[in-house]
Amino acid sequence: MSDEPREPMPPPALPPVTRRSFLFKLGLGLNALAAALVAVPLIGYVISAVVQTRADQAWIPLGSIGDFPERQTRLATYRNPFRVAWDGTTADIPCWVRRVGGERFQVFAINCAHLGCPVRWFPQSGLFMCPCHGGVYYEDGRVASGPPPRGLFEYEYKVSQGSLWVRGGRVPTLSQTV
Amino acid sequence: MGSSRLRAAGDWLEQRLGLRPLFEGSAGHLVPSNASSWWYVFGSATLVCLVMQIATGICLALVYVPSADQAWESLQHLDFEQPFGWYLRGLHYWGSNFMVALMTLHMIQVFLFGAYKYPRELTWLCGCLLFLCTLGLAFTGQVLRFDQNAYWGLGIGVSIMGRIPLLGESLTSLVLGGPILAAETLTRFFSLHVFVLPGLVITLVVLHLRMVLHNGINEFPTRGRGVDPETYDAEYAELIERTGEPFFPNAIHKDLLFSAVVIGSILACAAIFGPKLPNGPPDPTLIDTVPRPDFYFLALFSVFALLPPYMETFLIVYVMPVVVLALFAIPFVSRSGAKHPADRPVAVAGVVLVMTTVMTLAVLGLSSDWSPHMDAWKSVAVPVEMVEGRSPLELRGAAVLQAKQCRNCHALDGSGGKRGPDLGDVATRLTEDQLIRQVLQGGGNMPAYGKNLSPPEVAALVAFLRTLSPADAAIAQNSADPLGG
Repeated sequence: MSDEPREPMPPPALPPVTRRSFLFKLGLGLNALAAALVAVPLIGYVISAVVQTRADQAWIPLGSIGDFPERQTRLATYRNPFRVAWDGTTADIPCWVRRVGGERFQVFAINCAHLGCPVRWFPQSGLFMCPCHGGVYYEDGRVASGPPPRGLFEYEYKVSQGSLWVRGGRVPTLSQTV
Repeated sequence: MGSSRLRAAGDWLEQRLGLRPLFEGSAGHLVPSNASSWWYVFGSATLVCLVMQIATGICLALVYVPSADQAWESLQHLDFEQPFGWYLRGLHYWGSNFMVALMTLHMIQVFLFGAYKYPRELTWLCGCLLFLCTLGLAFTGQVLRFDQNAYWGLGIGVSIMGRIPLLGESLTSLVLGGPILAAETLTRFFSLHVFVLPGLVITLVVLHLRMVLHNGINEFPTRGRGVDPETYDAEYAELIERTGEPFFPNAIHKDLLFSAVVIGSILACAAIFGPKLPNGPPDPTLIDTVPRPDFYFLALFSVFALLPPYMETFLIVYVMPVVVLALFAIPFVSRSGAKHPADRPVAVAGVVLVMTTVMTLAVLGLSSDWSPHMDAWKSVAVPVEMVEGRSPLELRGAAVLQAKQCRNCHALDGSGGKRGPDLGDVATRLTEDQLIRQVLQGGGNMPAYGKNLSPPEVAALVAFLRTLSPADAAIAQNSADPLGG
């Protein structure tokens, strides 16, 4: 077909703007605008969890430092500082507190650095073990064996007026630690 | 006459509803007579599962409370108090298992029969999206059974996302509905499981079926005959002309029979095995838990345990999306050519390889030998024959072996953890010096115990380990010191 000689095309005639075609385009435009106006709050609502308007960490008391004997590692739990009324038990977050000595502590997240499963402390062998893929850590949080790419996540802590405080409120992952 | 009055009523309705042309163009569409095959029943059976999932799902939503503080209790109510509650949960659970299994079979059949080739490329693509959505439904559904496995399973999902560079943190928050797994996480997954994904699936199913009708069902492949996009349409039209028959009522019987068997099997499984009950409540402080995913994700769970750690992030973040894209790309890469599986040995080998790999990984995931047996040290005794007639020092060593949790990773003649080697014959493999070195310094995926064992404990432990050999086997000796010092 393309081989056939073709008549020169007449210049394309602009379609006449009728009342109908104008109103059609206006209608399309207005609906596009309306859709955009609806989309703004919808998208904002969904991604509000990502675009943070509030802090995601706060100082949380774990109890008197007397509760944590020297050179021992104990399980402590705290209430998520940003909880809502219907969180139920999910607002209770555990962590491992190791009192190195005096006011020196190490507070480890419960989550294995490999894939987040809860690690368990075995005082007899001085190891943390993970039940999922067999990650093992020494008492100071270093990787002893298994797949974890780093040691246990450690909370920032402070001792204030005889109490141990940690900064917490978010789940630790490799891209964002506690 | 009753029947003539019935027909008159039918005609009256048809005049107003105009359903007959719609029916004839869909259920009554012409299919090649060779497509009425037992191989072609998996797609319709998957659809039957979807309908059952929707029906049982709506009923479950009448009672289930998607709230972090009450979901678990409402499941207890569903399972033990609500009349038929346990059975509906069983139907929904087994329905999901059957749906994933049948969809997989359907996909394999379509692949092996070359049905994705011209002109059905988009039907395949649509099917791949349906596969992903259905796995999404399986995962989100597993989260709604809001128990310890759901809580820690989500934790695993979030940890995987956290490995994605740059986007990891944002994606984690988007999925959890905040910086931490809590109430908003459950409502998000409820919304996904009940509104978003089913809506997507229904839309995609409509598109999928529309394309099946528009392009015609794939003819049963013939050996030595391939697809040539230039001539295929004419050949297919000729085949329909010659052998076409309406799907309903001529060619549907095998689908009907198979669907009835599938529904019967789901009913039976739910009655015999019941639903999957939630395990402990979703309380993160109950850390004595061993999280395991449902069957469909066991293979993935195993991959994370068995891959060399340095490959994990690379594989999850880069290779997995490429694999999914490759699945989508199949009909665009292999658009024409042979259809019959006997003419496509590489395709058959590919299916066998993939399915063998996935099933092997899933079966390995069931026992998860790579996980320490967290209670073995206090619940699995040393076999009597390994302590009989031993010296006090050796007995002390056996006690050290238990007390220091060695058994969590090491079995003795098969009992105990399987992460490390079985120690039942360790004396035939390692000399005394090698044992001491291994215990103190670890290595080869074993922690170093140097700091947590006193010298007398080490001496006792190694003395005990040196007694562990089969009766007729020689124990390992230092070759430079043949008399054993």
